Amino acid sequence: MWKRALIAAAVLFLVGAAAYASFYIAPEEKTMRVLQRIFYFHAATAWAGETAFGICFLANLAYVWLRKEKWDWLAVSAAEVGLACITVVLITGPIWAKPAWGIYWTWDARLTSTFVLWLLYVSYLLLRTMIEEPDRRALLSALFGIFAFIDVPIVFGAIRWWRTQHPAPVIMGGPGSGLDPTMRKVFFFSVLALHALMLFLISERYRLEKLRTDLELIRREAEAI
Amino acid sequence: MSLFANTAVLLGKEIRTEYRSRELLTTTFVFILIVIVLFSFAFDPTSDESRRFAPGLLWLAILFASSLMLQPCFLREQHNDTLSALRLSVSDPFAIFLAKLAANTLFLLLTEILLLPLFAVMYNVPVIPVLHWLLLVLFLASLGISIAGTALSAISAQARMRELLLPVLLLPLLAPILVVSAEVTRALLDRAPVVRWKGIGFIGVFDVVFLTALWLFGEYLLEE
Repeated sequence: MWKRALIAAAVLFLVGAAAYASFYIAPEEKTMRVLQRIFYFHAATAWAGETAFGICFLANLAYVWLRKEKWDWLAVSAAEVGLACITVVLITGPIWAKPAWGIYWTWDARLTSTFVLWLLYVSYLLLRTMIEEPDRRALLSALFGIFAFIDVPIVFGAIRWWRTQHPAPVIMGGPGSGLDPTMRKVFFFSVLALHALMLFLISERYRLEKLRTDLELIRREAEAI
Repeated sequence: MSLFANTAVLLGKEIRTEYRSRELLTTTFVFILIVIVLFSFAFDPTSDESRRFAPGLLWLAILFASSLMLQPCFLREQHNDTLSALRLSVSDPFAIFLAKLAANTLFLLLTEILLLPLFAVMYNVPVIPVLHWLLLVLFLASLGISIAGTALSAISAQARMRELLLPVLLLPLLAPILVVSAEVTRALLDRAPVVRWKGIGFIGVFDVVFLTALWLFGEYLLEE
């Protein structure tokens, strides 16, 4: 109990410090001015969400091979937290886009592919609600999760090459891209903070799933008596 | 060897079933036709306009139709538990998937070939000069749709709300096929037709990736 409270406090502190750094430490961007500061939150959350989906994929693989229900708990936790992150990304994106581009939404490559990514994981969670039997649900959703994750790079490639207003990648982009050193530090600090938050949420959600399963077992035993 | 021999026998069974009833092909064909006609009400299908949006519309219609056509694929094996019989009769369950996806590709391709002349006439797009390229795109994309669709119909058949669930699972997964096929078709039907090799290759990559995934994970999809 104390341990969890302590971790929660540490994560909260990290996120708070990242917010402070992105408002007061990072230098102001030349053209977008204060508007650009949402980038530290927006892009870092996107990275955290993508990591969460990566965790979900690994948990799916582990479940298919090892058939331990804990991997299923991890998969559903990671999928839900990842979906929450990507939802935040899809909301903060338009908040930035309206003043910067003059419109909330445009069918640009990054937006569209992030939206498809979001839809894939909504389908994943939807599938889980449609299968009653726990083992079957775990296995079939794990398999769908694997297919969906394999599809993600294909979706990004297809939309990027064939359909593009999102700012070109600043980090790991082509020549001419790159961040001011202070901005870079603040950004990676935000990435760290949001990953900590993401992992904390996954561990809490995992605990909840485990408790639910335990409760279900106890209920069944009680009914048997 | 036994994999391909098994697949051939099972493919024969799928084709025979369809040949006797002809339910799947006729219903799918009529469905696409309805969608195409309804689209013409939603947009103005005059010549220059139609050149721009007709390819996308064609692919959207094909995608919707395939998400319905793939429903019975595993569902009809459930009535008399013929799926268990199928599983017992082959040494490698991948043969079941290969046969079903080959049959689905064949049915989808047949529907598209029947549809193409009607589509060309109704939307006034010249398909004859680029027919062989168009057939290549139709084949590769139908193969991709069938690979992913066969896998997902094995999943959705075991869930509640399966008729609604399959399109929800399948359509986002097929987004790359729609994007690329529509683009390649648009380039082919342009006033100055261009063959987009990169796009055709991309659809081929989609096919290979999902076929490999199905080969690796297919047996788990059919577990009791």
